[in-house]
Amino acid sequence: MTPPVTTLAPEEAVQKLKYYQKGTFTVGNRLVAEEQRTVQASQARSNALTCGHRACQGCGEALGARYAIDAAMRATNNNLIAVNATGCLEVFTTPYPESSWQLPWLHSLFGNAAAVATGVAAAMRVKKRPEVRVIAQGGDGGTTDIGFQCLSGMFERNDDVLYICYDNEGYMNTGVQRSSATPPTARTATTPVLGPEPGNVFGTGKSVPKIAVAHNIPYVATATVADLHDLERKVIKAMSIHGARYIQINVPCPLGWGSASHDTIRLARLAVECGLYPIFEAEHGKVTQVRKIRRKVPVQDYLKLQRRFAHLFKGGHEDPRIARLQAICDANIAEYGLVDVTGRDG
Amino acid sequence: MLKQVEGSHAMAEAIALCRPEVICAYPITPQTHIVEGLGELVKEGALVDCEFINVESEFAALSVAIGASAAGARAYTATASQGLLFMAEAVYNASGLGLPIVMTLGNRAIGAPINIWNDHSDAMSMRDAGWLQLFAETNQEAVDLHIQAFKLAEELSMPVMVCVDGFILTHAVERIDIPTQQQVDAYLPPYDPVQVLDPAEPASIGAMVGPEAFTEVRFLAHYKQTLALKLIPEFSAEFAKGFGRETGGLLRSYRAEDADMLVVAMGSVCGTIKDTIDEMRDDGIRIGLVVIVSFRPFPVEALRNALAGAKDVVVVEKSIAVGMGGQLANNVDASLRNLPRPPRLHSSVAGLGGRPITRTSLHHLFRQASVQPWEGTNFLDLNERVVGREIHRTRKTRRSGPTAENILRQLAKSVPPAAE
Repeated sequence: MTPPVTTLAPEEAVQKLKYYQKGTFTVGNRLVAEEQRTVQASQARSNALTCGHRACQGCGEALGARYAIDAAMRATNNNLIAVNATGCLEVFTTPYPESSWQLPWLHSLFGNAAAVATGVAAAMRVKKRPEVRVIAQGGDGGTTDIGFQCLSGMFERNDDVLYICYDNEGYMNTGVQRSSATPPTARTATTPVLGPEPGNVFGTGKSVPKIAVAHNIPYVATATVADLHDLERKVIKAMSIHGARYIQINVPCPLGWGSASHDTIRLARLAVECGLYPIFEAEHGKVTQVRKIRRKVPVQDYLKLQRRFAHLFKGGHEDPRIARLQAICDANIAEYGLVDVTGRDG
Repeated sequence: MLKQVEGSHAMAEAIALCRPEVICAYPITPQTHIVEGLGELVKEGALVDCEFINVESEFAALSVAIGASAAGARAYTATASQGLLFMAEAVYNASGLGLPIVMTLGNRAIGAPINIWNDHSDAMSMRDAGWLQLFAETNQEAVDLHIQAFKLAEELSMPVMVCVDGFILTHAVERIDIPTQQQVDAYLPPYDPVQVLDPAEPASIGAMVGPEAFTEVRFLAHYKQTLALKLIPEFSAEFAKGFGRETGGLLRSYRAEDADMLVVAMGSVCGTIKDTIDEMRDDGIRIGLVVIVSFRPFPVEALRNALAGAKDVVVVEKSIAVGMGGQLANNVDASLRNLPRPPRLHSSVAGLGGRPITRTSLHHLFRQASVQPWEGTNFLDLNERVVGREIHRTRKTRRSGPTAENILRQLAKSVPPAAE
């Protein structure tokens, strides 16, 4: 088998780098050595999701997919097949009669991407083409809700598929409805800001990354479009492993979240820095690495930039549900050890 | 080679001879023995170069087959009844994508009330899904149709459903001629798709199609089914040459030459109907049978020619489109539509949920059709006493809620039909 090609340094080296600009955390490729730059910074990138697609301005999913798939293309010497669930990514990349995909790509249904990918992987095995690898991808609706059964089956059989979930916390393609990944209190079209409990309910939550870890699959990671170095590294690492793998990427959706297009990266970063979206890696059922919070922020900083949470800030008094959201953040911070006890600041 | 073997196992052996490369298995009665048999053949090394995948649902079963087929592998799965409904979305998807998947349907009723026994409701639910649907009359034909199905599927790039009656065929142990690998290899060339998922030639498969081209895509699917009307008899004839027996085809007639009355039916019940016809012929009644093998595509023209000379046509079918009548009868009606003097059509729904279709009942039905024809749909062996009571009850006191338990309660109270 051809070894995966990567010019990225081992993860330790990347982690120690201070390649972000002070205050903004912006990725500065020019500040690091050439071999440590992102795949995306290279002219040799595959542009697997090429220009001309119909994503909204500031779309986190388009950005995440571009980075993830190009990194996977690099890792597999372009021997990659992608299976796509129905959703924004599928619709905005393939408006009839065009396609933005520069790799073999198959869309079947909303809820079966994991199973279809299993079939493609099985075909590659039987056709004796071990160099060809398979990715399945979908949004949170297609992954954590309607595609969940197929996903769990693929995990449990340890099929040789990397499943990437672009998590924008709702059914954005159908007009912003609630999914099981929608955070409590968030306004969606099916959780309107009405009545005594406006917005989404405080349920028990559903962490599909944790559920993936509970399957003891070889590799699970969460990632964010706020840290594209980390995202690429995780995709490349995932492609170096065989068996079922899962990466969930937090991808802000300006349309669905009611945020400014230019705030996509900022929101993705704030989601991590407030503790609401823990970034971690797990191998074979054990968490192996967490991305520490560089500068902890209160959850309000994250909520305030989004119209889906605007009702929490009306009426002059502090909505008690903000504290409940903060409690979720704090529980994440405690569970994953996101803040060093010595206190860590960028 | 002649074998005394269970129908399901014979089908498993035949499917294995077709060298499937990906098999997706999920249990549902009465299809389960087929995938069990295939699993054994893969595990013991009799079927090589084949991935046998135990999936977590029927929806996943067909979805895995879709991925495998799109990536260039010969893919197979099997299901029945509720399983077919659970994968319904993928059933349409497989045909829409033009993927030559072969699937066995162990025909079984659809609930509620839950019922594991045989009828054709499941196949009928997917009759418009764009698959070819072939119905086996015997287990020998079930074996043979699977081999023809792979050839048809790959020639047309369309999925094929081989419909076999649950229990009556799947669980019957009988003498079956299992072809040799050489025979099957000579008949069925390897799957060589035009377009697959391949990094060397990246293609986007399954993209959205809007109003600009959707009609054209659907027209071409329909056109392919009309091509199948020619291919099915051709491949059946080629099969006869290579394997020494005639099976498959669009339809076939039994003692139909001079018949005044022709029965139309599908599947294993045709055996009982043939016995009944033999007995009635002995009594001097000019009656014959037309067996439909290909329900999709529906052989409108061939059926019209076969039925044109009859005075009466009796359709016996194991399915009901509630609120409309039998689906097969409706389709037969469409084929008679343009005849200048069409035969009179009589529709009977029989054998629902596994109720036996007896020669006695068929005798009565066919005689009744000639002397006392009925309007609409006849329900063979309907327990009118129970139905009457339930109708009376609901007229007296309007009360919504489930009805099946009322029927059961009254059945327990009523005199068994046999004792009447």
